[in-house]
Amino acid sequence: MSAAVLAPLDYQKIAKGSIAAGILTLVLTGLIVGIETISSTGALTYETRFRAVFAAAIGVAIVYFLAELLKNGRPIVPLAGGVALIVVLGGLMWAHGAGYEVGDLLPFESPVVNWGILLVPASLVIRSIIVMVSGSRDEAQRRAGVRAAKFAQFYLRYVVVFSLILIALAVLLPFMPFADRRLVDVATLVLTYIMLGWGLNIVVGLAGLLDLGYVAFYAVGAYSYAMLSVNYGVSFWFALPIAGALAATFGVVLGFPVLRLRGDYLAIVTLGFGEMIRVIIINWWWFTGGPNGINKVVRPSFFGLDFERSAPEGVQTFSSFFGLEYSPNQRVFFLYFVILAFALLTNFFTLRIRKLPIGRAWEALREDETACRALGINPRNTKLTAFAIGAMFAGVAGSFFAARQGFVSPESFVFLESAVILAIVVLGGLGSQVGIVLAAVVLIGLPEFFRELQDYRMLAFGIGMVLIMIWRPGGLLAHRDPTIFLNKGKAAR
Amino acid sequence: MEVFLQQLINGLTLGAIYGLIAIGYTMVYGIIGMINFAHGDIYMMGAFNALILFLILFGFGVSWVPLAIILVLIGTVAVTAAYGWTVERVAYRPLRGSTRLAPLISAIGMSIVLQNFVQLLQGARNKPLHSLIQGGITVFENEGFAVTVRYLQMGIVLVTVLLMVGFTFLITRTPLGRAQRATEQDKKMAALLGVNVDRTISLTFVIGAGLAGVAGLMVLLYYGQIDFYIGFLAGIKAFTAAVLGGIGSLPGAMVGGLLIGLIEVFWSGYFSVEYKDVATFAILVMVLIFRPTGLLGRPDLEKV
Repeated sequence: MSAAVLAPLDYQKIAKGSIAAGILTLVLTGLIVGIETISSTGALTYETRFRAVFAAAIGVAIVYFLAELLKNGRPIVPLAGGVALIVVLGGLMWAHGAGYEVGDLLPFESPVVNWGILLVPASLVIRSIIVMVSGSRDEAQRRAGVRAAKFAQFYLRYVVVFSLILIALAVLLPFMPFADRRLVDVATLVLTYIMLGWGLNIVVGLAGLLDLGYVAFYAVGAYSYAMLSVNYGVSFWFALPIAGALAATFGVVLGFPVLRLRGDYLAIVTLGFGEMIRVIIINWWWFTGGPNGINKVVRPSFFGLDFERSAPEGVQTFSSFFGLEYSPNQRVFFLYFVILAFALLTNFFTLRIRKLPIGRAWEALREDETACRALGINPRNTKLTAFAIGAMFAGVAGSFFAARQGFVSPESFVFLESAVILAIVVLGGLGSQVGIVLAAVVLIGLPEFFRELQDYRMLAFGIGMVLIMIWRPGGLLAHRDPTIFLNKGKAAR
Repeated sequence: MEVFLQQLINGLTLGAIYGLIAIGYTMVYGIIGMINFAHGDIYMMGAFNALILFLILFGFGVSWVPLAIILVLIGTVAVTAAYGWTVERVAYRPLRGSTRLAPLISAIGMSIVLQNFVQLLQGARNKPLHSLIQGGITVFENEGFAVTVRYLQMGIVLVTVLLMVGFTFLITRTPLGRAQRATEQDKKMAALLGVNVDRTISLTFVIGAGLAGVAGLMVLLYYGQIDFYIGFLAGIKAFTAAVLGGIGSLPGAMVGGLLIGLIEVFWSGYFSVEYKDVATFAILVMVLIFRPTGLLGRPDLEKV
């Protein structure tokens, strides 16, 4: 232990800070948490729940105090305090569950919130233990840094092996003993977002264009297939290239006037386009079905073989053709493999195009537009290709989405979707293909298994987004795949 | 003509509100170059806190409306300012100096958090407030169509103008404004010359959030109902206003806000209500095509 070298603690300052944090919590939560407005008939009434406010303020003050101590390298008190908090809160929760009167002191009504709050002292305890084991906080940070660097090295060396293992796992997933229909369904959803993430990565990660309206192209793809299928009976596989081409065309048409704008102007304009397309879909009801959407979109077939229990005379279904017993899982698995193939295609395309002149041009443009212009790269056309190709993949993913759901409506294409896809790209580590997989699993897959949390799911989702970003500002797998560096230190920002 | 005048008045009121929110966007963008996506939700927070304060005051029997409004105004500004400070401290400050996209994602996360926080605590339903300021002045009447300016509209425009004047004074004449402008130009140099950069940035968020709180109170009084989702669209509109006026420029934010308000109201009045948002964005795109840095934005120099 290196307790001797620790700087003396300024207890007064820490105490002041913790009191300030408590008061701030009071101000923040006093009204919005303390008073619950109830819309009854006619007038608005309210009820108070100040217990939660005071509990929050005291809790924040205590946790701030303990965290400050930990920051200054004193892990013992935070450890004890964290354990004490867990014991108190856990005890109250138990008492409440068992029906004792003390249980009424439980600060928050919802058990989900209580469990969530429990995570705070738990993380405090874990961090204290880490600091204790390593001797000091600096040492703990240094060790973590070394570990991360080692891992990054290891990861970079074996990235191909990792990817192959991931792909193999993905292919084998439906045949695993634990794979049920629900798991494969969630995996299909995650893969859809992985594909969208990889598509958006071309625009944001490679070309460096901040697109906040990516969902617009997803919508174009989904509605293209839905309308082609319902109005003209076009099959999925024929509609797919059309949908992709349409989305790409939209990308060009939308991108053409605005791509000369600087980064953040582009962001708001793309956001605007995303909203515009949604508003148009809602209001152009005789063409798009309006808010009700389009029903009865035909599901994709396997080379003309449908996944139905029984087919009309003279037509074979998938199960009868292969002599299999009919099972609804067949379609679920088939859809899973379809999106897996699409996603892998997107990935393969990205990996290859980065090595081509156009891919190099995208990355160069991201780093320095002026230099690119001087070297004879046409910025507008280069950006347009990135925009169009990204849009195309979104269109394909959109068609798949429509085909899987059998139903499209404007509700699926809100700004939040764009934000989630962008979050996947950024949280994964810009430009990292495997990082996007990881981020999609964390952001899309995990919440699917916490459906019971219901309303709290989105709150936890937002908190998770902020926390991951603060914990790893460069993304989960924060590295740039080596492109060409003239001066390694300088180019790798 | 009468319809036109009435729409002009309504549009100016709406534009004033957008302008107040837009200042928060444009200031934050100017000083740290990030789009503060949670700003719209801070405005929503302001509206909710104002509503709750009104309920409490009426519960305590404060029935004289001007006093109630002044008390609520002070309370709302204090609470929303605290929210602005906290959001910056918790979600953005740890990310200073990392990539440009990291704070953006963190801000989107914060926006989701605030929205769902309020939805969970206060429910998803519309919250009504009976109208506190009624009546107005009829400017003139012609063939049965009266052009009226409601007292509330006058109040909103007046308060906005006062805030703008005070704000311009703050930026151009006070030490804080100087520190802000210095930080905006060069953080490192400002820090070397003794400007407390972190504090200046915090104060920027506090001021922006305070103005958003005022806007929240105004919207509550003007429309008489709010829900947890109002922050999203207002935020987008205000951000559009900031971009339209030239992001980073304070008069630009106000001009942009007024323009967006007018466009929205006139489009709804003369064409179709459904497509008013489309019209707003379409005009934004048009303006940006011809003036890529917005109406009052300075063209930025390309440095190598």
